[in-house]
Amino acid sequence: MKKLILALLALAPMLAIAAGSSLHLDKAENDLSDKESLKRGFESYLNYCLGCHQLQYQRYNRTFKDLGIEEAEGVKNWMPTGEKSGDHILNTMPAKDAAAWFGSTPPDLTLEARFRSPDYIYTYLRSFYADENRPFGVNNKVFPDVGMPHVLQGLQGVRTVNEHGELGEAKGGSMTEEEYDAFVRDLTNFLEYTAEPNKLERKSLGYWVIGFLFIFLIFAYLLKKEYWRDVH
Amino acid sequence: MNSFMAWIEKRLPFMDAMNKHAIQYPAPKNFNFWYVFGILATVVLVNQILTGVWLTMNYEPSGDGAFASVEYIMRDVDYGWLLRYMHSTGASAFFIVIYLHMFRGVMYGSYQKPRELLWIFGMLIYLVLMAEAFMGYLLPWGNMSYWGAQVIISLFGAIPGIGEDLTIWIKGDYVISGATLNRFFALHVIALPLVLVILVFLHILALHEVGSNNPDGSDIKKPKGSMKPEELSKFTFHEQYTKKYDIVDAIPFHPYYTVKDLVAVVIFLILFSWVMFFFPEGGGYFLEPPNFTPANGLKTPEHIAPVWYFGPFYTVLRVIPDKLLGMIAMFAAIGMLFALPWFDRGVVRSFRYRSKLHLLNLTQFAICFVALGVLGTMPASDLANLIGRLATLGYFGFFVFLWFYSKGEKTKPVPERVTG
Repeated sequence: MKKLILALLALAPMLAIAAGSSLHLDKAENDLSDKESLKRGFESYLNYCLGCHQLQYQRYNRTFKDLGIEEAEGVKNWMPTGEKSGDHILNTMPAKDAAAWFGSTPPDLTLEARFRSPDYIYTYLRSFYADENRPFGVNNKVFPDVGMPHVLQGLQGVRTVNEHGELGEAKGGSMTEEEYDAFVRDLTNFLEYTAEPNKLERKSLGYWVIGFLFIFLIFAYLLKKEYWRDVH
Repeated sequence: MNSFMAWIEKRLPFMDAMNKHAIQYPAPKNFNFWYVFGILATVVLVNQILTGVWLTMNYEPSGDGAFASVEYIMRDVDYGWLLRYMHSTGASAFFIVIYLHMFRGVMYGSYQKPRELLWIFGMLIYLVLMAEAFMGYLLPWGNMSYWGAQVIISLFGAIPGIGEDLTIWIKGDYVISGATLNRFFALHVIALPLVLVILVFLHILALHEVGSNNPDGSDIKKPKGSMKPEELSKFTFHEQYTKKYDIVDAIPFHPYYTVKDLVAVVIFLILFSWVMFFFPEGGGYFLEPPNFTPANGLKTPEHIAPVWYFGPFYTVLRVIPDKLLGMIAMFAAIGMLFALPWFDRGVVRSFRYRSKLHLLNLTQFAICFVALGVLGTMPASDLANLIGRLATLGYFGFFVFLWFYSKGEKTKPVPERVTG
């Protein structure tokens, strides 16, 4: 048995080939339990992202409930008029036109944080740089030749790259670097929330279930010990 | 109450069956850690069936609706997320416990005479389980579901002559489409689970006919009348077992192993819950990131890999340059396992009393199998292919070597009575 385990350990070097040339991503360090951050992220999403990117699996009223927004207030201030509070968070951009404008239809972002990762979103939104060869004048370090313009350019400004391909400081935006990072962190936080609205509930339920199982384990073990006295 | 039970018993021998298969079933008293995986597999099977039934209530088997209905379950159905994670984590847990269960059988020679048929039923369960998992994996209709199915189905295209037509017949369309999804759904929720449950039933019946092996591989059923009365097990066993044999070193399955297995089940559930509640994606191996985007026939994921539990066989397929030969090798890899009882020509079961050479062969087999599995989840490279080929040789070599040395193998004496 011990030999077997040792032998299996010999496999460890194989994992080394697993590590490919993965992109360096900055840590988002967002906090799902921070409702104020989620609200700011939600607001930014509605203002800057929803025009092109739908959240077709996420409902308005669910978002209000989870973010601590009163439903009446939500319907009044956080939704387009005419939609019902139970509606999904959709936009009205025709997919066909969008494909013509950007080269492909802007993807739905409900699950983006699970498809990529929160760190990916956080890094991506901070990695646009000026590139005259692209239709919108910008390119992205994380997603080369991306079809999307730098929608947040007014906030961040424009970054440049030096001859080594390193990103320089952003110039000409209305926010300082710290402010912009915090802004993107809130947005990332919100998208991590929409990707799995039950994430916090899942974890808190997990503690209860595992706690119960540990107590059950004590009794199961004592039961086994009691019965097996006949055998030994 | 008693007269009611007697009334039933006369018409359907329920208590007799309970006695035969649990309360008075003689199980060797020296089962160790490796003997819990059968019951764990049963627990997972029940979990898969129950959560599967409830998932089906809200799942929509259509190309347009499948992906959205899974998200509907995750968000709008009460505790739908829990059902879904129990089912998806259960799929991976199933293979973990089944692989350990199978390895137990290989280590202790539980496939040897007279348990060949028991082993065959087990292998059939494994085969059906792989089909079940493969079909189930398409149902979320994510992009990895789609392309994973695409890769596996296209394998059949390598069969000369009928290959292309066969893939269209399997898909029910020229490409993987809603038609494919619908038939996979039917097979996944009705046909294969039925077959699976019947096979599990036969597996247990066959087990109880020949009796359980144990880590020593020595028999607990001795010829009738060969043992002194004081050596016989002090417990009561069903007459089906005692009228033909003298039973030694055995204890009734219930309550002794039911209470012991209960401890194992609780420990398993703790580990299972830990993964399910805190890491339901299993590090990207249980739920793969590309599967969080809907199936798209025009957009290939960067690196298509089958789910981890198909890894070993996928690697065998991939390291062989020719597609048809690769496919033959892949199926042969499973076929070898079926034929294991006939590759092993030895009479000593447990590795404890077999030669050093056997232990070495067993160890290299385990290493090669794990290596093949790990490689199956990685992108191909020259180094990975080289290691994969060596591991493939090791995998097949296990059976071939076994056939040669198992006849006339230098073994240690097997104790008459079980130890420990």
